[in-house]
Amino acid sequence: MSVTQLGMPQVRHGVGNIFETEPFPKYAERELKNEQLRANLGFATHKIRDKRAAVTGELPDWQDLRTAGSMIKQKVMANLDTYLEEFERNFTARGGHVHWARDAHEANEIALKLIQAEGVDEIIKIKSMATAESGLNEYLEENGINAIETDLAEEIVQLGDNDRPSHILVPAIHRNRTEIRDIFRKKIEGVDPNLSDDPAELAEASRFRLREKFLSTKVAVSGVNFGIAETGTMTIVESEGNGRMCLTLPETLITFMGIEKILPTVEDYEVFLQLLPRSSTGERMNPYTSTWTGVTPGDGPQNLHVILMDNGRTAALADEVGRQALHCIRCSACMNVCPVYERAGGHAYGSTYPGPIGAILSPQLGGIENEFNSTLPYASSLCGACYDACPVKINIPEVLVHLRGKDIDAKKAKKKQIPTQMDGLMFGAKKLFSSGKLMALAEKGLPMSKLVTGKDHKISKLPGLVGGWTDYRDIPEPPAQSFRNWYKKERPSETKRVAGERVDIDALIAQNKNKVAEAHAAAEVAATDKPAPKTEETK
Amino acid sequence: MRIALFSTCIVDGMYPKVAKATVDILERLGHEVVYPQGQTCCSQMHVNSGYFDDAYPIVKNHVESFEEWDFDVAVAPSGSCVASLGHQQPMIAERKGDDDLARRANQLASRTFELSELLIDVLGITNAAEQLDSYFPEHVTYHSSCHGMRLLGLGTRQSDLVRTVEGIQYTQVEGLDQCCGFGGTFSFKNADTSGAMVEDKVANIEKTGASVCTGGDVSCLMNIGGALSRKNSDVQTIHFAEILASTKENPLKVNGPVSLTGGSK
Repeated sequence: MSVTQLGMPQVRHGVGNIFETEPFPKYAERELKNEQLRANLGFATHKIRDKRAAVTGELPDWQDLRTAGSMIKQKVMANLDTYLEEFERNFTARGGHVHWARDAHEANEIALKLIQAEGVDEIIKIKSMATAESGLNEYLEENGINAIETDLAEEIVQLGDNDRPSHILVPAIHRNRTEIRDIFRKKIEGVDPNLSDDPAELAEASRFRLREKFLSTKVAVSGVNFGIAETGTMTIVESEGNGRMCLTLPETLITFMGIEKILPTVEDYEVFLQLLPRSSTGERMNPYTSTWTGVTPGDGPQNLHVILMDNGRTAALADEVGRQALHCIRCSACMNVCPVYERAGGHAYGSTYPGPIGAILSPQLGGIENEFNSTLPYASSLCGACYDACPVKINIPEVLVHLRGKDIDAKKAKKKQIPTQMDGLMFGAKKLFSSGKLMALAEKGLPMSKLVTGKDHKISKLPGLVGGWTDYRDIPEPPAQSFRNWYKKERPSETKRVAGERVDIDALIAQNKNKVAEAHAAAEVAATDKPAPKTEETK
Repeated sequence: MRIALFSTCIVDGMYPKVAKATVDILERLGHEVVYPQGQTCCSQMHVNSGYFDDAYPIVKNHVESFEEWDFDVAVAPSGSCVASLGHQQPMIAERKGDDDLARRANQLASRTFELSELLIDVLGITNAAEQLDSYFPEHVTYHSSCHGMRLLGLGTRQSDLVRTVEGIQYTQVEGLDQCCGFGGTFSFKNADTSGAMVEDKVANIEKTGASVCTGGDVSCLMNIGGALSRKNSDVQTIHFAEILASTKENPLKVNGPVSLTGGSK
């Protein structure tokens, strides 16, 4: 193109399954009441959590690997245009076809045309987040094409009535074995009516159904874990081998790839093969790792396509703080350690992407202006467990707070917006917190709080927005006097300025560098002592 | 040493006894404590709620009110508020284009320590019974607040000091590294999820058999204590500064759920 574009390019947000469907707190409230779901999730997340902690803890260079992963991803994002074109050249040179899709609709349309060109009405699929994001299965169904999920968990979700995935790695994490047995008994033709909930028997039932499909279906659709720019290589890591069947048996393979999935070189891939399995399934290495580079005559699919999908990723890339969400390698470690996900479950996030990563990815792909997506960045206590667990060091709490700021700014920018209770609360607190004098004056009113506290010295019911607090907890009666006002009365004349040298704190810290270990050792010794008996005076 | 106390807004207004205990401990060690009267809040509530513009005058007030005073080091009985100084204040200033304030905020943050960090790393305290005369003959468990643990990397500093208090019996809580569900405005914006989190936390605390749950942030302790109070539990929450300040001569009284009230000592 010869025309130089001036100014900011138009931000194009994504479409498809990247939206919350109602405010998060409302969805979560309903899900929290589902005792079975809470039990299934608590059991499963804690189990994966422990496995992950064990296999990441055993690597002496785990933190260095995380840093390397983070830096490679930063490099990719800074040069994404160059790497994508390099990937396209190399993929094409080896006999593949590259298609570019600005959003999920375009990606689905391209896939449909490619499938129709093969003259089939049924395809097999390997588990893929990108096609879940684009809503490919539903789109194909509307156009008379049956898409069969071959990943065991995806199959469970697909066979379950009106079900949808609730986890990136374990899409059926919300189901237990008994529920799965019931689904299989009902939905798999010719299955043993006495099928038990033994995992081996369940897997056999699934295998029985899928083997025939693998051998007879001509077209497969896949996602991809990484696309390597220097060679045009694609790669998928998986556990079951069903993916391997999809990637090798059909004549045509169509791969959906988010444009952020690029790695510059094969050497970079080495880092991620160490990071991904340990972070996701908690295994040192996953059972099946497939890589394919172009077409090999007489071996594997002869028609290779890749659909490079943007769908809001460029919009996320434009945000300097938020773009780190694109570093995500879909391992799901963040949701496995998240206390909010553990209780509310994946469905509460609405989007294909649940958990902490979903809370920062969905609002960026689909736009923070979206009414319900704007509730996602608040679905976190900012405890930071996700940041610690992330294999590519995405600072999720930082991005959550950043997106909250964007949400408030977007709402303030709307004309004729009526201030919310929250706006009022924040405005009042700002005035108060901007001056110590004003605080001192306001705190003189603390004894007034006696008027609202009960005989038991606590507040058990608050009105409006803050009523959420007293739904679950009491508030202590405020003190008769604030610290500030007590202190001023006790010590009315403190000197602000004093002459003389200041102590060198850094030197002191250096001098005390063994004290942390010493304190811990002392605590360990104290713990072995017998506790002193309680005396009447202290009880 | 001349130590400036940053009381934090919630301790100032709701738990003055925690600030008093902090002053007690530091003066017992022979240090001079000063209290910059202009101080209010670190701005974290506004930042974490997305009100960045409103946070700016609060950040400015914090930095200016401490700059008016000469001191060697500043201290706060809170991991969360100290973390906010370094992690959030410079961002808020930069966003307003006030690079000078960002630089000064960073400088102040580098001289402000969480209480256990100050006691161990700066003042070299390794044994509360021996060096602070701390005495508290109770069965205690401990909640490790997230921001101190993850943003400041406090490790076991707080519980180590607590465990070396004379007479204390200590039992570690199951799920020590799990968030209590407070999360500032999260506690009422996502009240049901937050409530489910604190329910689990409180159940684990009660399982220890301890009569006291201590910790380093009164915000989390208010959440945990409020949930304990709601189920009429006998367990109460007490900031670790109060436990360190307690001595044989002047012991901290533990009488049922009274510590829920913020009243003076």
